[in-house]
Amino acid sequence: MSASASIFQSSIAKKYWMAISGLFLMIFLLQHFAINFLSVISPDLFNEVSHFMGTNPLVQFGLQPVLMFGVIYHLAMGIRLDMQNRAARPTKYAYEKPGESSTWMSRNMIITGLTIFAFLGLHFYDFWIPEITTKYVAGDISGLNAHGEYRYFEELVHKMSDPIRVGIYCVSFVLLALHLMHGFQSAFQSIGARVGKYKNLIIGLGKAYAIAVPAGFIVIALFHLITH
Amino acid sequence: MKLDAKIPEGPIAEKWQKHKDKINLVNPANKRLIDVIVVGTGLAGGSASATLAELGYNVKAFCYQDSPRRAHSIAAQGGINAAKNYQGDGDSPYRLFYDTVKGGDYRSREANVYRLAEVSANIIDQCVAQGVPFARDYGGLLDNRSFGGVLVSRTFYAKGQTGQQLLLGAYSAMNRQIARGKIEMFNRHEMLDVVIVDGKARGIIARNMVTGEIQRHSAHAVVIASGGYGNVYFLSTNAMGSNATAAWKIHKKGAFFANPCFTQIHPTCIPRSGDYQSKLTLMSESLRNDGRIWVPKNMDDVMAIREGRKKPTDLAEEDRDYYLERRYPAFGNLVPRDVASRAAKERCDAGYGVNATGEAVYLDFAAAIERYGKEQCKIHNISNPSKAEILSRGEKVVESKYGNLFQMYEKITADNPYKTPMMIYPATHYTMGGIWVDYNLMTTIEGCYAIGEANFSDHGANRLGASALMQGLADGYFVLPYTIGDYLSHDIRTGAIPTDTKEFDEAEKAVKERIEFFINNSGSHSVDYFHKKLGKIMWDKVGMARNEKGLNEAIEEIAELRAQFWKEVKVTGKANEINPELEKAGRVADFLELGELFARDALERNESCGGHFREESVELDGEQKGEAKRDDKNYAYVAAWEYKSESAKDSVLHKEELEFKDIELKQRSYK
Amino acid sequence: MSNMNLTLKIWRQNGPDDKGKMVEYKVSDISEHMSFLEMMDVLNEQLIAKGEDPVAFDHDCREGICGMCSMFINGEAHGPDRAITTCQLHMRTFNDGDTIYIEPWRAKAFPVIKDLMVDRSAFDRIQHAGGYISVNTSGNTQDANALPIAKAAADEAMDAATCIGCGACVATCKNSSAMLFVGAKVSQYALLPQGQVEAAERVKNMVEQMDLEGFGNCTNTGACEVECPKGISLENIARMNRELFKSMVAG
Repeated sequence: MSASASIFQSSIAKKYWMAISGLFLMIFLLQHFAINFLSVISPDLFNEVSHFMGTNPLVQFGLQPVLMFGVIYHLAMGIRLDMQNRAARPTKYAYEKPGESSTWMSRNMIITGLTIFAFLGLHFYDFWIPEITTKYVAGDISGLNAHGEYRYFEELVHKMSDPIRVGIYCVSFVLLALHLMHGFQSAFQSIGARVGKYKNLIIGLGKAYAIAVPAGFIVIALFHLITH
Repeated sequence: MKLDAKIPEGPIAEKWQKHKDKINLVNPANKRLIDVIVVGTGLAGGSASATLAELGYNVKAFCYQDSPRRAHSIAAQGGINAAKNYQGDGDSPYRLFYDTVKGGDYRSREANVYRLAEVSANIIDQCVAQGVPFARDYGGLLDNRSFGGVLVSRTFYAKGQTGQQLLLGAYSAMNRQIARGKIEMFNRHEMLDVVIVDGKARGIIARNMVTGEIQRHSAHAVVIASGGYGNVYFLSTNAMGSNATAAWKIHKKGAFFANPCFTQIHPTCIPRSGDYQSKLTLMSESLRNDGRIWVPKNMDDVMAIREGRKKPTDLAEEDRDYYLERRYPAFGNLVPRDVASRAAKERCDAGYGVNATGEAVYLDFAAAIERYGKEQCKIHNISNPSKAEILSRGEKVVESKYGNLFQMYEKITADNPYKTPMMIYPATHYTMGGIWVDYNLMTTIEGCYAIGEANFSDHGANRLGASALMQGLADGYFVLPYTIGDYLSHDIRTGAIPTDTKEFDEAEKAVKERIEFFINNSGSHSVDYFHKKLGKIMWDKVGMARNEKGLNEAIEEIAELRAQFWKEVKVTGKANEINPELEKAGRVADFLELGELFARDALERNESCGGHFREESVELDGEQKGEAKRDDKNYAYVAAWEYKSESAKDSVLHKEELEFKDIELKQRSYK
Repeated sequence: MSNMNLTLKIWRQNGPDDKGKMVEYKVSDISEHMSFLEMMDVLNEQLIAKGEDPVAFDHDCREGICGMCSMFINGEAHGPDRAITTCQLHMRTFNDGDTIYIEPWRAKAFPVIKDLMVDRSAFDRIQHAGGYISVNTSGNTQDANALPIAKAAADEAMDAATCIGCGACVATCKNSSAMLFVGAKVSQYALLPQGQVEAAERVKNMVEQMDLEGFGNCTNTGACEVECPKGISLENIARMNRELFKSMVAG
């Protein structure tokens, strides 16, 4: 096996890339959460940080494409691996008890993953497409509304005033939690780090992350729904 | 025909080296012109295949399992002996040689055993180099344990799975050669006959067990490494598929069969639980290092236990009969296997068996757990430890030594051996007898070799623990690859052996006819029906204790059963598909002949030695009263049988007189 | 407990090209002390007596070490009990009146030969690709104690080497992945100094062969570890992942 082929084609290497893109997305998610949480503490601070992130060229033209690629790659590779895995067992068992040996989360990453992706569609429709349209189609990169104030907080509050939308967001975050519950430790296993004395630490951290971050997003959404 | 063992001249310690120095070699360039067939891929066959391929021969290896890794060597638990003297307890090749000859009750060939002891150390080096994970101590050096019948610690082990690890080592060596194209592997193939051309073994007829195809394979030499014939008893610790067919086929074509009555009944197996039983499970002999064997002293307690009114743990020390410690104070629970087995039978025959079938004795770890527990408390400076503390620490030590065996026992019996004594009973385990071979491991058919358990040479009338693995690997790694070259050196100009000759035609025809017969016979009983009947005759009359009357009866009964088998056996399915019933039919047909020869050999040998106990031959008085009595004056020979017809009554006995120049023949005493 | 009457639903398939189906059988008077395979023997004797084709299944040592037996029983590899093979499963695990589903291992890389027998030669081919240390039998390799090996490493290598190659990991994995099997062999050698020389080539070649055989990918569900009769740890997969990464970085 040539080195370049193995880095991309071996089944294990594909898992590295799944893990690395997953870990990258988890870091992104953490910073996304941190910024959003500012909206609960201080609308002004939230506006300032949002404006910085929305206009800084490094973020916009450096990190944003990487993020896009990461999302698409993680999704496409996930689908591809899932198809390969299904093909590895052409005849199914007549009777199975998978719950005896593994968790629902670990077996259904494709379902939670695709649902999260569907949610991303809504999320993009809500925030990202209007944002891109404003900034790059209409050419308004001021970040200000008609009253000359930062528009970010106002837009957030506006979207979170619809109980149905908030409901969809909350359900999606639950699925995200399920995805992360397996995904976090799985990523470390794939890169060969979930071993020995680190094993329990990673499993613990994974659970904490998988619960805290999606729960935090839910809190933010509910906070704005209730307070406004 | 006169038997010539071809033992090299000279002092015993120099024979092997001198022999190796003098025998003919095959030039590396010529080795690739020579084909060798190896039947069986256990420790002997696997190691031989790998080594012959490394040397450059073209090897064709056959096994009936779906992979060489599944050969029954894998089930050996306890360990492998080697005269390394790592423990500094005075071990040496001579001592290992001495113990093996003595343990075999002076019925093995001195020169072969010395060679075995000599190469034993190389085996450990080789296996470690292959990545076999032997147990180690905290200093990183290899650990040893002691085994029954010896006074030193020379047994190397890998948990309770030594056979598995050694076999996987040989399998890995085979894999390397398969990858190089030097071994052609035939899984799920069974050898059904040997082909003799001009008096030399030149090939085999094999059946592809998946498609039913009958194939011809030719070679310049044929090596039989197909293991023992313990399944003649139906119930044994052998694998379900273990069979004597390859060995029996070469016997029928001219290879003498030696000492068939030398069979080892292993003392520590899980007792039978019912008539449906398909096999018996061995518990490693190493358990006797820490377990104490006993039955109740009083018949009342026996009855109470059988009826469930009492538990073994209820019995006070003074109500227990630790019969091995009582009868053999020097060796106690560590007497050799044959002695331990007979002692258990003696107690059970006297009515002291502790389970419903009356065929079980206790193997008790309570004393060991307490001893280790106290030791651990002392090490950890715990003064006045509670009973629970001692037991819990002791159980941990016992678990680290025998955990997997205890777990296996609990899974099979649903009893917890940490809390209540195990129940054990002897079971057929290993066959010391087998195809007669000379010093070069060649049978009486030229170019046909037998190695490992399939041959007779090294264990005499009884095998010591941890010696089977040693012999299998010694034959395969270090003996056969040299000695076979001497024979093959004459074949460098022969060229490939053609398979379109009349010898192959005839052999194939006979094989096909037999298969056709089985498929078309409109019988009424399954193969197992006959196998179970044969097993019962063997166990009752040719088992742990034998007498003239019983043996004569057995010979008649087996002959009758064989006649009935050929009339009434029913084989379902077709010839050209996977057909386990057909496979079993062929094997049982051979066992039905072998069983009779077995009984005839036992009848002929009117002495008690090793695993062969004749009730007529016991010490009548003195300290050894009631113990087995060997008769060196009349029976210090190897009984090599020549096949004449399917009836063993026609078989011709040839004697290879055994000479003991380096060991004084003594009565075995473990008192 | 008295003896049991059971309903068996068994996969019957005449050959690799046959379509196959589940067929129902009844067995009665089964003792709780029987092993599962002895219960199958009873069924087969029953079928032979009726002149029907007995159920073909792989088995050999019947003491849990050869790795030959391979049945997917009631939705689990080697049945409901833990840390045992099918031949060690005893009928006391079941109750009178139970229905038991018995199927072959299911994987593209393990095609059915007949009934419950599958072809596991893919495992052998993975071993041919690198499951060995290249050392010839010479009789003069260095002394076994010349190179001390830390007890912890030797024990861990032993734990990995204890794999019996039965294929329960593949059968259990929802992706029919062979990572636990391959990981165990790679780990055994990676943990021992003797295995270091060829470590990089070994892991690359074995993984490449594993992929060629059509096994699925590992999604770290951990089911293999739970169903493995020998308790081979998932850490062996992590170690293989590391070993492959090292081999790729090293070039």
